[in-house]
Amino acid sequence: MTETTRNLVPDDEFPIGSPVNISRRHFLLTSAGAAAGAFVLGFGVPVGQARAQQAASPMPPGTRVPAFLEIRPDSSIRFMSPFVEGGQGVFTAMAQIVGEELDADPKTFVVENAPAGGDYLVINGKMRITGGSMSGRTSYETMRKLGPLARNMLLQAAAKRLNAPITELTTEPGRVIHAASGRSLAYGEVAAEALDLPVPAPESVSLRDPSKFRWIGKPVERLDMHDKSTGKAVYAIDCKVDGMLHAAVQHAPRLGLTIGKIRNEEQLKAMPGVHSVHSLSGAVAVVAERWWNAKRAAEAAQVDWREPGSDADPALRHMPADFSTAAFSDKLANEPGSGKEAENVGDVTKAFDAAKTVVSATYKSQYLHHAQLEPPSTLARFNPDGSLEVWLPNQAPEQFQADIAKLTGLDPSKVTLHSPILGGFFGRHFLYPSANPYPQAIQLAKEVGRPVKLIWSREEEFLRDPMRPMAAVRFRGALDASGMHRIAQIYVKNPTTLAYWRSVGNSMNDFFYETFLDELADKGGQDPYELRMKLLQKNERLSNLLKAVGDLSGGWKRGPFTADDGSKRARGVAMASPFGSHTAAIAEVSIRNGQVVVHDVWEAIDPGSIVNPAIIEAQINSATALGMSQVLMEEAVYQNGEPTARNYDLYPILPPDRMARVHVRIIESGAEMGGIGEPGLPAIPPAVANAVSTLTGKRIRSMPLSNYTFES
Amino acid sequence: MNLQINSQSYQVNSDGDTPLLWIIRDELGMTGTKYGCGLAQCGACSVLVDGEVVRSCVTPLDSVAGRQITTIEALEADPIGKRVVAAWVKHQVPQCGYCQSGQVVAATALLKQTPNPSDDEIAAAMINLCRCGTYNAIKAAVKDLSSKQGETL
Repeated sequence: MTETTRNLVPDDEFPIGSPVNISRRHFLLTSAGAAAGAFVLGFGVPVGQARAQQAASPMPPGTRVPAFLEIRPDSSIRFMSPFVEGGQGVFTAMAQIVGEELDADPKTFVVENAPAGGDYLVINGKMRITGGSMSGRTSYETMRKLGPLARNMLLQAAAKRLNAPITELTTEPGRVIHAASGRSLAYGEVAAEALDLPVPAPESVSLRDPSKFRWIGKPVERLDMHDKSTGKAVYAIDCKVDGMLHAAVQHAPRLGLTIGKIRNEEQLKAMPGVHSVHSLSGAVAVVAERWWNAKRAAEAAQVDWREPGSDADPALRHMPADFSTAAFSDKLANEPGSGKEAENVGDVTKAFDAAKTVVSATYKSQYLHHAQLEPPSTLARFNPDGSLEVWLPNQAPEQFQADIAKLTGLDPSKVTLHSPILGGFFGRHFLYPSANPYPQAIQLAKEVGRPVKLIWSREEEFLRDPMRPMAAVRFRGALDASGMHRIAQIYVKNPTTLAYWRSVGNSMNDFFYETFLDELADKGGQDPYELRMKLLQKNERLSNLLKAVGDLSGGWKRGPFTADDGSKRARGVAMASPFGSHTAAIAEVSIRNGQVVVHDVWEAIDPGSIVNPAIIEAQINSATALGMSQVLMEEAVYQNGEPTARNYDLYPILPPDRMARVHVRIIESGAEMGGIGEPGLPAIPPAVANAVSTLTGKRIRSMPLSNYTFES
Repeated sequence: MNLQINSQSYQVNSDGDTPLLWIIRDELGMTGTKYGCGLAQCGACSVLVDGEVVRSCVTPLDSVAGRQITTIEALEADPIGKRVVAAWVKHQVPQCGYCQSGQVVAATALLKQTPNPSDDEIAAAMINLCRCGTYNAIKAAVKDLSSKQGETL
């Protein structure tokens, strides 16, 4: 992939509030697939006075049609998505939403991640990230409105061509129709003329009646299936440019150590294919003609790492040489103090005084890796004009562009960010200090005077991957009281670098709440499903959801019971309400050879309203897998300041033979649209843990279950 | 050294102990085969060598001299591979897609050797990791292929 298609320019390159008309200025795109005459609005025209004038009359993000849409002569539609595709199906969802209102089949869309630029800050009109399950729900109305603006321009151009009043024209997918004369034109046929027209005022066009939706709300096929089944999909790690060198690094074993002497530097330089050896901040890098040679030499480097001194970078969390997760977990659990009260419902003091039984318990979670299959990489190239191009996986282009500008001293307009699709993300590709390869790649490209692609090996990734935090929570519950009182919220700084992880705090907090709720139910002699029903009796939406998952599983059946195959099984239930959606899950487990087997998971989700039920079902499967992986087997362990696992051999993730069957029910309650990518996860770990507690009689208060011993 | 990949002959000059994966990706520029772990743990690098699935990240170049290597780029040229890809699309298997080259190669190898695999045979052969958790969709796609052996998808 040499630099091919990215000719869109950021918002601030546009001169005024109306799109630049490329065709009229005789600018034609050289990008692949955009031939002369294509309906290209406002692509790639730098204008001197741009910034000042733009500031005087800014258009709100998400309203400048030309920044998003290009209609080609063959009527295919190139759409620049504000959200990056990383498996969650957002490119397809965007095509559904825009296509619905443009009157164009989502199948005809070619979707790419939009470059950095103010036009794409569509989350509440001021932010752009792909995360927090926010893409669909925060941009839904904005993206819908883009379609009819372009459609109106196509209608105007067709009216002129057909010499017919615009009021007599209609559209069907991809075509303008003049029923009176029986004539029609494909969108691509009028694109060239349409682009000579001004973009209409947003308030002059109307949206479709949702009851007439053809694609929104339907299980439209994903756009990227064939490319992703044939190796054609291009990820950051696959990008290449002419004259490129490859690089690999060896990081300091603990973050914060600084690089001293490379004892065998001469030897490294003499290794096959090696171009040069470089001392970076907290890492040694080897640049070579091919990555394998770079990696071998980087691994072989013998470096004197030094403890941080007065020159220590205050932005980094220096890893102490004696840090261990086991000791840290104990420290968290025994942290003195009563903690900050996080949540109180009702008169807690009175409830506890009146309680027959007070239940106290400490629950724990573990550090987790993202473990996305695509290791991080960055390709950096300085161009002859002094500008910098960077290809890298990221969930927030503008933030990365700004950081790179700061790092290099370049104006942001001189930093072009290419953001290819992601080989998994789960929160991995945000701006985390010391956890991204781009500062190293940029420095190397500068030092060698050629483009450099740096790939972190899996081992280097697991050494610098920022982790989902571990936690200890002390609960105290009063039976006879309806409220639950969480007593311990004490901030303890982690020596590790922390990160978002799919479903963020919910990934562990719902485990704590929902397993402790079961513990309370058991102590009070109540059935955990019936207790939840009772607690939710005044909440119609959640009552329906809990009933739905019960029905989906064939009726609530806690067990233990004996299955047809003779195994002893039990079911657990849990609920969660993350990211604007609500979920309820039931898991059925048994013990085989001392290990927990999850046979089936039933999950109901109420995201209010939906865009694509097939994608939702896939995301529930995916979130279930990650939730199961967390509760069954994942744990990043540190000893002596270093992770004990640097690859999947010692940090296992859920393999295929441990995946459960997953049954999904989607409830469209009509409430405000909620998130999809993350909400399916948080109810899974507690549903599994509660089932195991029921089955074994052993109370599960921590993850992963692989740390427990079970008898088959 | 001469290498037979996707029915073409390539002269490659990397050292004999270089993993096949990096020959394919860096020296020959075919990036459909993925690097995930480098330890034969994940299977993202799976290719066919004489029709059998091999993890190319731990396969030294000099061990495959004179053998027929097939990468994901040429899989649709194979009748079974073509049906596997069609089943992957039909079942909407991929999510992020990064592991799917390897999954498709593994499924093709399985069906070449065992045209109608049982559930146990599918479980034994389809062992590549997928962090997106597409395992149920993969299983459904392979089962679909095994039950429809001889038919056109």
